[in-house]
Amino acid sequence: MTLAAPLPAEPAPPSARPDEARPAEIRAKAAVEDLSFWYGPKQVLFSISMPVAEGCVTALIGPSGCGKSTFLRCFNRMHDLYPGNRYAGRILLEPEGIDIIGPKTDPMVPRMRIGMVFQKPNPFPKSIYENVAAGLRIRGVRSRTVLDAQVEKSLRRAALWEEVKDRLHASAHTLSGGQQQRLCIARALAPEPELLLLDEPTSALDPIATAHIEELIDELSRRYTIVVVTHNMQQAARISRFTAFFHLGRLIEFGPTEEVFTRPRETMTQDYITGRFG
Amino acid sequence: MSETGLPTTDGRRLIAAARRRDLLFAGIGLAVLFVATAVLLALVLDLVLTGAPHIDLDFLTSYPSRRASRAGILPAWVGSALVMLVTAALAIPFGIAAGLYLEEYAPRNRVTDVIEINITNLAGVPSIIYGLLALGVFVYGFRLGETILVAGMVLALLVLPVIVVATREALRSIPREVREAAFALGADKWQTVSMYLLPAARPGILTGIIVALARAIGETAPLVTIGALTFIAFLPPPPITAQPPFVSFEWLGSPFTVLPIQMFNWISRPQAAFHELAAAAGVVLLVMTLAMNGLAIYIRYRARRLLG
Ligand SMILES: Nc1ncnc2c1ncn2[C@@H]1O[C@H](COP(=O)(O)OP(=O)(O)O)[C@@H](O)[C@H]1O
Ligand SMILES: [Mg+2]
Repeated sequence: MTLAAPLPAEPAPPSARPDEARPAEIRAKAAVEDLSFWYGPKQVLFSISMPVAEGCVTALIGPSGCGKSTFLRCFNRMHDLYPGNRYAGRILLEPEGIDIIGPKTDPMVPRMRIGMVFQKPNPFPKSIYENVAAGLRIRGVRSRTVLDAQVEKSLRRAALWEEVKDRLHASAHTLSGGQQQRLCIARALAPEPELLLLDEPTSALDPIATAHIEELIDELSRRYTIVVVTHNMQQAARISRFTAFFHLGRLIEFGPTEEVFTRPRETMTQDYITGRFG
Repeated sequence: MSETGLPTTDGRRLIAAARRRDLLFAGIGLAVLFVATAVLLALVLDLVLTGAPHIDLDFLTSYPSRRASRAGILPAWVGSALVMLVTAALAIPFGIAAGLYLEEYAPRNRVTDVIEINITNLAGVPSIIYGLLALGVFVYGFRLGETILVAGMVLALLVLPVIVVATREALRSIPREVREAAFALGADKWQTVSMYLLPAARPGILTGIIVALARAIGETAPLVTIGALTFIAFLPPPPITAQPPFVSFEWLGSPFTVLPIQMFNWISRPQAAFHELAAAAGVVLLVMTLAMNGLAIYIRYRARRLLG
């Protein structure tokens, strides 16, 4: 499926990487259509429609409590873990167009194809190796050679391999906060997800660890489709190709990051990115 | 008075007052703790001083006797050990399974609520009531007799709520992030439970098991009710045999006594010599309890070290 109206067919490539060849046509990895969400009786998302461009970083920005995490957690049906939550609308996962939140879709289906990294690093109380291998073990991979290879590959992609290669069997809790978050990224990458969800992955980290993770996201965006929640606008501007601005559960503006930040269509977006509220 | 208008001397006085309060409270706490510990220590010391001189190989390998000098606790400690084996084999798997079900699988509805309230209350039921229940249901109803099996079953029932509650608490204290991380990776419920939740809950569950078994090994009332013998001059059939299949469960159907009952029996005699034997048996009972605790603490320590 090619993207409809909200995405310009050929957005100007960000100046940061002029050398990189972009596909002539950006396709959607997912399409959100008229999505609403309720925590019990309380509606927190209102008729949201937007695409998620394949092979790009899409940033979700907006003031705290506007529903960014709630929106992100719809993609892998995390809300199904708690009673009383309700979705309406559709989230189509391409290329097949499976409706992620459709009542007939088993939540395991999107979770098998979509990885997630949480706001607070949440490694399992197990070894570094077992944390990265977790997704593969869940998928029934037993072969030691496959596990070893995939664990190393994922740790390398998460830029953590050099730091932990000599203590793969030490507890994950012996790592620093920034390392734990990169471990969680490696854990999410190991099963080779088609889409990676990051919920404020740097908010619990110090500036140096944050810089590490941002570099990493940039690196990963060559290979994965990424949706990242951030309340840090500089971060959104630095790392994303597209930006969605949320306010009080509504999508106020969506477009290429450059446009949203340099000439927003909505005054509310303008006010938010210039720091007038939020 | 300082320039800010805040009386500095008063500030110091406030801090001093706070210090005094802290000291006072710490003092009271320490005193209470000391009294409690001292009483316990005195009891244990008295028991050990009276009993220890009587503990030797003969004491552990002899049958009870009318003559104090020849009496031993062989059937009693073997009985205690076998009953505990049955109790553990029943209470641990059933307790963990029930706790797991209630915490992770049970739908939130009226039936579940009723079960939950019942389990919590069961922990407070006097143990002799369990004895009566076992006498009626297991001994007479199922005709299982006054056996080690029934003793193990009644003690398992008695301590089941402890393990159920401990399992639930341990599962509940796992941060929800761990659960979410597992589901987000595509795990199904059973994988989440078996690969991530149970290992993380292991220390808490083990603590529950220690408490449960320590309570079970000291129980007397329900076992007297179901007809444990007070004088016994034989051992149950051995669980390991010379002929294939080398294991035998005949011992489950054997009459039995346990250490607390043996102690009670000796205490009720007029001769002082038997009172000293009771103390010696008490020391053995304490050592068995401590050994069980030690084992569980060791397992828990190893689990912690593995988990970090
Ligand atoms: N489990 C929940 N139950 C009820 N309301 C919730 C729950 N989680 C979040 N909310 C509410 O939903 C709104 C959106 O929250 P969230 O998605 O966490 O915002 P953000 O991630 O943008 O800060 C907030 O008003 C928040 O209070
Ligand atoms: Mg959030």
